[in-house]
Amino acid sequence: MELDVITNILYATIRTGTPLLLVALGEMVCEKSGTLNLGQEGMMLLGAVAGFITMYQCDNLFIGFTVAALVGVMASLIFAFVALNLNASQVAAGLALTIFGTGLSAFLGADYEGKTINALPTLAIAGFEHIPVLGKALFSQDAIVYLSWGLVLGAYLFFKYHRAGLAVRAIGENPSVGNNLGLPVMRTRYLAVMFGGALAGIAGAYLSLAYTPLWTQNMTAGRGWIALALVVFASWRIERVMLGAYLFGFASIMHLVAQAFGWAVESNLLAMLPYGATLIVLIMLSKNKQKLKMYEPMWLGKPWHKGH
Amino acid sequence: MNNKYRLTMQEMTKQYPGCIANNDVTLKIKHGEVHALLGENGAGKSTLMKMLYGVVKPDQGDMFFNGRIMNIKEPADARDLGIGMVFQHFSLFETLTVAQNIELALGDLAGHSSTLAGRITKTSTRYGMPLDPHRLVSTLSTGERQRVEIVRCLLLDIQLLILDEPTSVLTPQEVDALFKTLKSLKKEGCSVLFISHKLHEVIELCDSATILRGGKVSGHCIPKNETSESIARLMVGDNTPISNQTRRALGTADFLTVNNLTTAAQALFETPLKNINFAVQQGEIVGIAGVAGNGQEELLKVLSGEQIQASSSAIKFKNTVVDALCPLKRRRLGLACVPEDRLGRGAVPTMDLAQNALLTSFDSGLVKNGFLVKQKITELANKIITKYKVKTPSFRTHAASLSGGNLQKFIIGREVEQSPKLLVMSHPTWGVDIGAQVAIHEAILKLRDEGCAVLVISEDLDELYKICDRIGAICDGKLSPILNTDTVPLVQLGQWMAGDFSDVFNNQPKVHTPQGALA
Repeated sequence: MELDVITNILYATIRTGTPLLLVALGEMVCEKSGTLNLGQEGMMLLGAVAGFITMYQCDNLFIGFTVAALVGVMASLIFAFVALNLNASQVAAGLALTIFGTGLSAFLGADYEGKTINALPTLAIAGFEHIPVLGKALFSQDAIVYLSWGLVLGAYLFFKYHRAGLAVRAIGENPSVGNNLGLPVMRTRYLAVMFGGALAGIAGAYLSLAYTPLWTQNMTAGRGWIALALVVFASWRIERVMLGAYLFGFASIMHLVAQAFGWAVESNLLAMLPYGATLIVLIMLSKNKQKLKMYEPMWLGKPWHKGH
Repeated sequence: MNNKYRLTMQEMTKQYPGCIANNDVTLKIKHGEVHALLGENGAGKSTLMKMLYGVVKPDQGDMFFNGRIMNIKEPADARDLGIGMVFQHFSLFETLTVAQNIELALGDLAGHSSTLAGRITKTSTRYGMPLDPHRLVSTLSTGERQRVEIVRCLLLDIQLLILDEPTSVLTPQEVDALFKTLKSLKKEGCSVLFISHKLHEVIELCDSATILRGGKVSGHCIPKNETSESIARLMVGDNTPISNQTRRALGTADFLTVNNLTTAAQALFETPLKNINFAVQQGEIVGIAGVAGNGQEELLKVLSGEQIQASSSAIKFKNTVVDALCPLKRRRLGLACVPEDRLGRGAVPTMDLAQNALLTSFDSGLVKNGFLVKQKITELANKIITKYKVKTPSFRTHAASLSGGNLQKFIIGREVEQSPKLLVMSHPTWGVDIGAQVAIHEAILKLRDEGCAVLVISEDLDELYKICDRIGAICDGKLSPILNTDTVPLVQLGQWMAGDFSDVFNNQPKVHTPQGALA
């Protein structure tokens, strides 16, 4: 019985942490190239509504997630054009994108509130699912959870071993030097922003197609913002982004845990917990300022143009 | 096109709004020669190089490389042709290692990263500038960073190496090593374009020279057949005074004393100061030489009060301990400070000159009952502009739109006009043309003669030897002894800059000042 509880907690932790992990991973890659996109929340909402509408109309999850990712990319391109080509303030452009995404998603989704769809099914990995405790928690998740693991691993290897990963980091440190050396600064930054957009779209769709398979206005509930903070406090390190996302997931399901163990805790306190706990832990981890500097993209948020 | 030239730039013209940066400039470099490109700041050297390296598009003109027309759209094209460039401001990523930096620049030519480290070690030793491929660039000295840049070019099998003011950041010993490398490159047939304004180096190293003035070619010469003075004339024209005699002075009483000053590093790339002792007397100029990044910035910060040391008592103005005092209180005790960074620290770029004058002078009657006295502020600004020959349309001009030299004259004038008791300056003539340099040096000397204590932190050894009464060097946060300038030969100072303070007591009595361009 006890073991079952642990399995369930672990399972729910991962499910809850996954959308945050995806959007934070996308934002981290984007920031590594020196671009700060504050539009995550907006892109998530657009992805969520686009994914839900597509799913409702076509009843095909693959198409649903693909459309969500594409909508995220398109939204991120608006940002990229304004911030990278026109050199507008990245902060202002990102905030505008969030406001735009929030409004547009509410408008588009107005007719779909309360409608139901078939949720993303779990996909047990044969052979592993019967491992005690961990089997159900880790290997009976859905496809997007596995995708997020693949992306985390891929991004880790990309930044550690691939020349292109090195180039992204270098451009985030100093795009002018990168340009002098003949690195494709604009292309790299565009691709990084688009990657962020795609993951934000998928993360949003995960909320509306898997986590709570329905559409409601503002259903992301600030996860885009938490992801932004997560990237900073994880000091732009992938393993810490993952840790932070699951920590958030764990804290989010504390009310279930409290119920399971029969604790009586004020529910508002529990609702606050994920936001507070994630930030506190990551702030404690990022205390070492010297080390932080090694990972922080030094050009983050600053406009750049050729001949700068 | 004639094939005996490695590079020919024919009648290059580039116009920016309001100025012609290059007007009909022709530059020819032979195979295996070291060619100097000379000129003051603003003469058009950088623009010409930027066009050659594909950073800027020329309005007119043709470029030929080995007799074939060049079509260069971006730096990568120049590199593919075999042109390597070492920028004055290094193109390095601080948070990456030497090998990673080189790998990024070489692209596909880098091969597999595991073999690259070996190639770096091999090439760098062969040319006499050893490098550890696995070190982080942020931990390298300036001289070592320059080696990374050069080795990066050498790995590409280049035919033309462009060096933009390469020696301004090196100790004399490092300069010698660099010249050896360049000479061996030359023997292998590689051409070198050497951009500099240090004329004695050009005479020592270069086979031929092209001189620019005001965006036009003002002359060609064989440096070995010329003197520093004759070349300087070609650079500045006939009307500018290019030399002024300086006189050494003896100080009277200590004004600034620093005892056992030690600081902790605040951030990753800072150099902590270690047990620093020195004094500056009224009526003398003390110079501190050193390669950038050896604690100069940190020293300036603790002296100016930008960084306050609450619990120490190392710094004294006369008899007042000032460690814990904010900049304003130090200023009221007679400190004036000219930081290295003109736009941002020395002046506010988006404020006009009158407002910038007010920034540090508001104690001298410019404010009444908390209100600004407009008339007096403009009077002061106009006074500084006329007295220090600042070229500007009016006092309403924004600081950002002045050239570096003019803004520096204004900042120094602002500080000098307050008749400080101690003036601390960092790189007072960095990037300033010769005319302005002479004016700034005159102002500093005059202030000294009036009894002010002056501390100059600079990388320009010619300048230090010219104006300082006593001289020392800083390396890795430690300060060498400070001795009378005329008893410190250049070799000795070079050793100090490299951190070797041992030879102090075997000082050769022979006076040996550098053959400075303008000394």
